Amino acid sequence: MDNNWVLQVKNVSKEYGGNSVLRDVSLSVKPGEIHALVGENGAGKSTLMNILFGMPVIHETGGFTGEVWLKGKKAEIESPKKAMEAGIGMVHQEFMLLPGFSVAENVKLNREPTKPNWFSGVSGNKLETLDLQKMGSDTRRALDKIEMDIDEWLPLVGMPVGYRQFIEIAREIDKADLSLLVLDEPTAVLTETEASRLLSVLKKLAESGIGVLFISHRLEEVCEIADTVTVLRDGEVIATMPKTETKLEAIAEMMVGRKISRSKTAESGRAIDEGNILEIRDLYVDMPGEYVNGANLTVRRGEILGIGGLAGHGKLGIANGIMGLYPSSGTLIFDGGEIPLNNAQASLEAGLVSLSEDRRGVGLLLDESIEDNIALASMISRKKFLKRVGPLPVSVLDRKAIREHANKMISLLEIKCTGPEQSVRRLSGGNQQKVCVAKAITMEPRLLLVSEPTRGIDVGAKERVLSMIKSLNRENGITVVMISSELQELRSMCDRIAIMYKGRICGILDPDAPDAEFGFCMAGKGGIPSD
Amino acid sequence: MIDSFKQLINKIGLPRLTIILFLVALLIIASVNRLPTSMLLSNSLVRIGMNGVMVLAMVPSVQSGAGLNFGLSIGIIAGLIGMLVVMEFELMGFLGLITALLIACVLGAAAGYLYGLILNKVRGQEMMIGTYAGFSIVSGMCMFWLLAPFKNPEMIWVVGGKGLRMTLAVNDSLAKILDNLWKFKILGVEIPVGLLLAFALACLFLEVFFRSRLGVSMKIAGANPAFATSCGVNVDKMRVLGTVLSTALGAMGMVIYCQSFGYVQLYMAPLMMSFPAVAAVLIGGASARKATVWNAVLGTALFQTLLTISLPVTRSMIQGDISEVAKTIISNTMILYALTRKEGDGE
Repeated sequence: MDNNWVLQVKNVSKEYGGNSVLRDVSLSVKPGEIHALVGENGAGKSTLMNILFGMPVIHETGGFTGEVWLKGKKAEIESPKKAMEAGIGMVHQEFMLLPGFSVAENVKLNREPTKPNWFSGVSGNKLETLDLQKMGSDTRRALDKIEMDIDEWLPLVGMPVGYRQFIEIAREIDKADLSLLVLDEPTAVLTETEASRLLSVLKKLAESGIGVLFISHRLEEVCEIADTVTVLRDGEVIATMPKTETKLEAIAEMMVGRKISRSKTAESGRAIDEGNILEIRDLYVDMPGEYVNGANLTVRRGEILGIGGLAGHGKLGIANGIMGLYPSSGTLIFDGGEIPLNNAQASLEAGLVSLSEDRRGVGLLLDESIEDNIALASMISRKKFLKRVGPLPVSVLDRKAIREHANKMISLLEIKCTGPEQSVRRLSGGNQQKVCVAKAITMEPRLLLVSEPTRGIDVGAKERVLSMIKSLNRENGITVVMISSELQELRSMCDRIAIMYKGRICGILDPDAPDAEFGFCMAGKGGIPSD
Repeated sequence: MIDSFKQLINKIGLPRLTIILFLVALLIIASVNRLPTSMLLSNSLVRIGMNGVMVLAMVPSVQSGAGLNFGLSIGIIAGLIGMLVVMEFELMGFLGLITALLIACVLGAAAGYLYGLILNKVRGQEMMIGTYAGFSIVSGMCMFWLLAPFKNPEMIWVVGGKGLRMTLAVNDSLAKILDNLWKFKILGVEIPVGLLLAFALACLFLEVFFRSRLGVSMKIAGANPAFATSCGVNVDKMRVLGTVLSTALGAMGMVIYCQSFGYVQLYMAPLMMSFPAVAAVLIGGASARKATVWNAVLGTALFQTLLTISLPVTRSMIQGDISEVAKTIISNTMILYALTRKEGDGE
């Protein structure tokens, strides 16, 4: 038996209600090794973590297949408590700390050293006195290990987010038998200096013989500290390699790359004007998690422009900024005229229409009927479907026109429903998206912004929705800006693809450009300079 | 047969069906005990007309997303002021009524605007803040009633000659002016046509409003603020407008209530007046997120008929007056029941 591994994951597979999220995943971590696990959103990283930490959600959904071995022995991790006893420490994305308690109390929570007093002789150790001195000194030692010089008795309230992250780590390393430390996106909330300090602390911990499993999609960090890198994509291990043998661009390519098998989009008779319909200059959008930091982009009349990039780099911010839904600054020139920012009404009036990425939250009125969902947005922003009440100077909804229009849309887009009066909540994701498309068409867009059009809908409906968008472009001459995390989707649809990195356009690529170039761009390097 | 019956139950909703069956039972008991059922029905109609507009005031507030207007007392006070001004200058008949309605509407709208600004700052807790805002306005106005510069000797305390009395009688030309308009009798039941017509007009106004572009924008702002914003609707403005409409309707509703009641009650009297209105619209099948004109009409009819009929019937069976108790129990139970449920039921 090989005792050189702290952790071995062997052929683990996991399904959520028929959707397989992990397929035959294997990976191993040595003592003292920093093992990075990278992958796009939805690649299965979090599921793997939940399995390692015995989170109840795994068992509630039918468990998993495969084996987890700890220190050379097969382990049955049924609960987080078991995981802790087995020596796995976990630093979560969300902090699991009590804000009103001091640092030491948080670090020692539920593992407090105690001494007997004269109640506890009778009642057992639950009533023993806390050994405050030992609590303090233990915490001090843990804090020293990660080079934190804060007072261990300060309460957590008001401490910066970065400190809290370090305190979580201190709590884990204070556990005497810690042999494996798992960190789930630990630098996501940290500033750059904090992040680099965290990385150096992790290196030190690894030197002391602890195995570190580090999950991130910030590739620079991964390249900086990892000894071994495992790339997950769509629930499968794409590659495991020593860091010395790979490069950042190669990892990025593996994360997003999909086997490309498509015919060239070149069609005869496409009239893409050289004129620009939309110019975005120096756009800043304050959308949490999707900040845009000075993006410049021009959209040509009649084209389908794709915007891609890893999650959190601001591609959704662009659409929401243009539509005036999040505070933004910069200049928008649409069809020769400037459009004021932060004014949804103005964007709509200019003929910009957006298909929101948050279909259920923003795109639809879930409890209203299909016909209302299709018509009401146009009624408000385009004053359609209104009729006068007799001679009065009052206009009310023209129910008959709405019904007719809805029926037309239902048959045109093949929306599967019991009728125009059915509420959209009961529709499937794909049909809900079709209702959103119908709503957008009804608004008579001159430029259509489409965000994540196929997120959360099944394969058949995906094709349908994409071909609908394509025909809007080809037949109705509507310029389309399509934002998607699925590169493959962009490449099959778009005439040009802009890749975003840290809130800026990093490059604009031809859809037929090699995978490596996309990977390069998504990692923030090169590409063709944006215009 | 069974299916269509089930559909009917679904459409009306179980709570309303229970109340309707209970009402029928009460009416049967009443006629068995030889109580004057036609008089009971006449009284019910009057009370429906009296309270209807105040219940209707809940609809724009809920539709705009500000929840049930527990701060309706703010509008009610605006209505009281409208009545007081008319009484001070002894305006008679319809001139008086229309002046009172106009003053109530303007004051109510102004107060509703300020109240709406407050509600926009306490999003998610409108109903609790509204309750307390209503309570404090009522208490604050107690000082106003004492200090207000009203001079009409009919209205101020006899001793001291300053400050308004607790209860003021509305002069004869104004009292019951709507109730008596085009009133007729059929099968012994008096139909207060004018009063019911005023209620119907208010309903019609709201029905048309919620079919207009502005009304639909308000409804959408309440149903899904994010959707509304993406359609270019200013959600904050819509919420303020909803509160303005609600408060102004509350104020005019109070004028109608006072003319029918024949008295203007001041000081702590308006304190709890928003609760029966809230309860009525909930009984009609509304929830804190969805309310229609139909909910208000049905709710007022059921709630007020129940209160009117249950009193004499119970009195004929047991000794003592339990109508106040019944009113409190029913309205509070209904509010509690409705607030624990997210969606409204019935149509």
